[in-house]
Amino acid sequence: MTGSIFYWIAFVVTALAAVFAAVMVITRRNPIHSAMFLVLNFLCIAVLYLLLNAQFIAIIQVMIYAGAIMMLVIFVIMLLSVEEEERRRKIPVPLAQMLGMVLIFILFAQLIFGVVVKVLPGEQGEFSPERIAELGDVKTIAGLLFTKFLFPFEVASIILLVGIIGAVILSKKER
Amino acid sequence: MIDLVWLIPLFPAVGFLFNGLIGKWLDLDKRVVGSVACTALGLSFLFSILIFFSLLKLPPEARAAVPDKVLFDWIVSGDFKTVIGYKVDPLSIVMALVVSGVSFFIHVYSVGYMHDDPGFTRYFAYLNLFVFMMLTLVLANNFLLMFVGWEGVGLCSYLLIGFWFERDAPANAGKKAFVVNRVGDFGFLLGIFLIFAHLGTVGFNEVFAKAPSLDTATVTLITLMLFVGAAGKSAQIPLYVWLPDAMEGPTPVSSLIHAATMVTSGVYMIARCHLLYSMAPISMAVVAIVGAVTALYAASMGLLQFDIKRVLAYSTISQLGYMFLAVGVGAFSAGIFHLMTHAFFKGLLFLGAGSVMHAMSGELDMRNMGGIWKRVPLTFLTFLVATLAIAGIPGFSGFFSKDEILWQAFSSNHGHLYLWVVGAVAAGMTAFYMFRLLFVTFLGPCRASEEVKKHIHESPPIMTIPLMVLALLSVIGGYVGIPHILGGRNFFHEFLAPVLGGAPQGTEHTAFSLVRPVFASGGAAVGEGVNMELLLMGVSVAVAIIGICIAFYLYIWKTEVPKRLGERFKTIYTIVFNKYYVDEIYEVCFVNSTKKLGTFLWRRFDDGVVDRSVNLVAELMAWLGSVLRRIQTGYVQSYALGIILGAVIIIIFLIR
Amino acid sequence: MPASVTPLYFFVVSALIFAIGAAGVLIRRNAIVVFMCIEMMLSAVNLTFIAAAHYLNSLDGVLMVFFVMTVAAAEAAVGLGIFVLLFRGRKTIRVDEINLLKW
Repeated sequence: MTGSIFYWIAFVVTALAAVFAAVMVITRRNPIHSAMFLVLNFLCIAVLYLLLNAQFIAIIQVMIYAGAIMMLVIFVIMLLSVEEEERRRKIPVPLAQMLGMVLIFILFAQLIFGVVVKVLPGEQGEFSPERIAELGDVKTIAGLLFTKFLFPFEVASIILLVGIIGAVILSKKER
Repeated sequence: MIDLVWLIPLFPAVGFLFNGLIGKWLDLDKRVVGSVACTALGLSFLFSILIFFSLLKLPPEARAAVPDKVLFDWIVSGDFKTVIGYKVDPLSIVMALVVSGVSFFIHVYSVGYMHDDPGFTRYFAYLNLFVFMMLTLVLANNFLLMFVGWEGVGLCSYLLIGFWFERDAPANAGKKAFVVNRVGDFGFLLGIFLIFAHLGTVGFNEVFAKAPSLDTATVTLITLMLFVGAAGKSAQIPLYVWLPDAMEGPTPVSSLIHAATMVTSGVYMIARCHLLYSMAPISMAVVAIVGAVTALYAASMGLLQFDIKRVLAYSTISQLGYMFLAVGVGAFSAGIFHLMTHAFFKGLLFLGAGSVMHAMSGELDMRNMGGIWKRVPLTFLTFLVATLAIAGIPGFSGFFSKDEILWQAFSSNHGHLYLWVVGAVAAGMTAFYMFRLLFVTFLGPCRASEEVKKHIHESPPIMTIPLMVLALLSVIGGYVGIPHILGGRNFFHEFLAPVLGGAPQGTEHTAFSLVRPVFASGGAAVGEGVNMELLLMGVSVAVAIIGICIAFYLYIWKTEVPKRLGERFKTIYTIVFNKYYVDEIYEVCFVNSTKKLGTFLWRRFDDGVVDRSVNLVAELMAWLGSVLRRIQTGYVQSYALGIILGAVIIIIFLIR
Repeated sequence: MPASVTPLYFFVVSALIFAIGAAGVLIRRNAIVVFMCIEMMLSAVNLTFIAAAHYLNSLDGVLMVFFVMTVAAAEAAVGLGIFVLLFRGRKTIRVDEINLLKW
């Protein structure tokens, strides 16, 4: 399946769209525009997940990332009624940002090097796509979640609790 | 019983802690403080006596071989091991008896003498501490513990000489004593180091067992270093200068420390190490010569002093010279014998001087005294007994001990005629200046002021009873050492023989026999020796009597003569009266240069180098901080840059 | 194309999006946009995990992503709350005007 034409086309289109959206996110002056393009980016990544046979995660990505988090962000942007940023041409680029760019380029190069040149280690698990299809995707994930990953699950619940409490406290009006 | 020897130094230690800590803190009544101090000493003395009798129960050969009482291992480091241990043998028990006994009576006397002093508690704390240290010194079974006691008595000497430290003179005298002692201690330490380096141990038993393996040069060096220490502590040339100044302290202190006990530790040390000294004839010669010369030199200075205590101080130095002369010629038990009798009569002389000062409202100069014998009869009588003893008049203890020394100086293998001559002349001078002291202070017309005359009174019993006890000892103390030719049996010598050896030992070659074979050994055959000994005895008695007569002539009969003689021989008089200007010479040669060195090191090195480098380090840190501070900008994006930088670096290592 | 889409391509895409997000973090001055770029970086990492899980026939990567999303959600809530608070105090959310994170 992964070698078929359809797969390739889907992958290339989605990947290009994701990258394009990412670039737009960082270059748009209006923060609302950036947020919109970020939503597009998340959706493209959700499609990529589908291509990778992770249907459950794809749905979760759309629901949580593109849905909850981005909604929150847009809400805050509108609450704070942020203006557009000034045109960059008036302000010279600081040295630190040039250095940052260089570093990021190096980082990217490293990552590519690591992936292309080196052989990736890792042992094969037992959940081939066929088997997952056989058992049921969500069912297996849930099974693992509550057995092998039980402790992280509990910790994650505490993190969420902390998040809720934090959000409440931070937004309290001072008396 | 012998096992309990460790209690002997313990009692005064407890007394010190009690008086020093609790006495001061609670400001206890003087009677309590005095009782505690005297009781501690009394118990020490009692135990010394008991252990002495236990020792007597043993057969003579066994007495020197009693195993040491070891309390615990003190230092165990690699090959070096030393213990806290006490040795019970005739020598140490004699010393313990003398120290604890005389100290006890002086403590009792001090309760009366120091009665009005505000530092009463402090005084008794220091005094107990001193006796504790001294007993540690004499009872120790190894060099290191002995050195602890050695240093301790030096410290207490400093504390007690400078007891009235609010005044300049006592404070300076205390400092001087400590510093000069230190010079001697340095030599002592070098000696101990050499011993350890060559023999690997510092315990007495082990050192003396292994000693024969040393070669003569090493032993000579060791013994000379040890003698430097002895010279410092026991005020021989050239380290005697602290003793006359030490008279600034309270008089009972002078009596205890600078007559009876501390200054004798050098003699004890040499006697203890007699085995080492016997192996080094050159050292013996050095000791004997220094002792003899000091005896004469100090006596000469005592002839002209007016301060009662100064006269007695020079007399002490001179008598110590005799003791060193004795051990220098191999007569170790004679030296200890004189140590004991000297403790009695010199201790008594100082206490008597204190009694006189008490009567004369603190006056010290004999020119302002005179004719008081009727008003202070007990003081006068006991003083007279002591003076007779020190002059070496037959019947009194000093005669027996001094005479034995003079005889051995002449006849021993290590002895020499000239040593005897010096000793005899010094004996004559001793008799002279002691009776001069007696006559001018107690007899003749009274030259004191009216105020003082009114208050002349005998001291209270708490002061006079110790005087009388010591006077008694000054008389009968000699009878334990009656020499053979006078029909006696020298118990003292016999008692110490297991430790110190029998007749003075000598190697084939003594120092003198190499130089003057003629007079090397003055008494060869027994018959000839007997007559010689009696002859010399007679000569020394005669010399003493001549000295007394001259003193009588000059100070009772024709009292204007001394002044005229002084005018006639003005230069000599001035030189001797000013103690040969030795103090001044030392000041110029040693003190000034040391002060300059100290100031230089302080300014240039301590301030300049050490302080500067510390400041430099601090400045460096401050500079570094100011540079690194700039990383913390407060802007999140710069921190993000840092994170990415870190990530890049880490990834470099991860994709290797 | 005969060759299959190996996980390699997914990793490349993910690295690209990650780098772009990092660049955004350093460049943008609006704090909220910076936050969005951070979310984008997290998302890119998620992609890596899923790709590896697919490649290794394992579900561990999927579970990892699960937790990453949880944390991202909680972080979004708290972070945006902080932004609101900052705006209330300083009337600005430009990162080059807020330098409180220091001694």
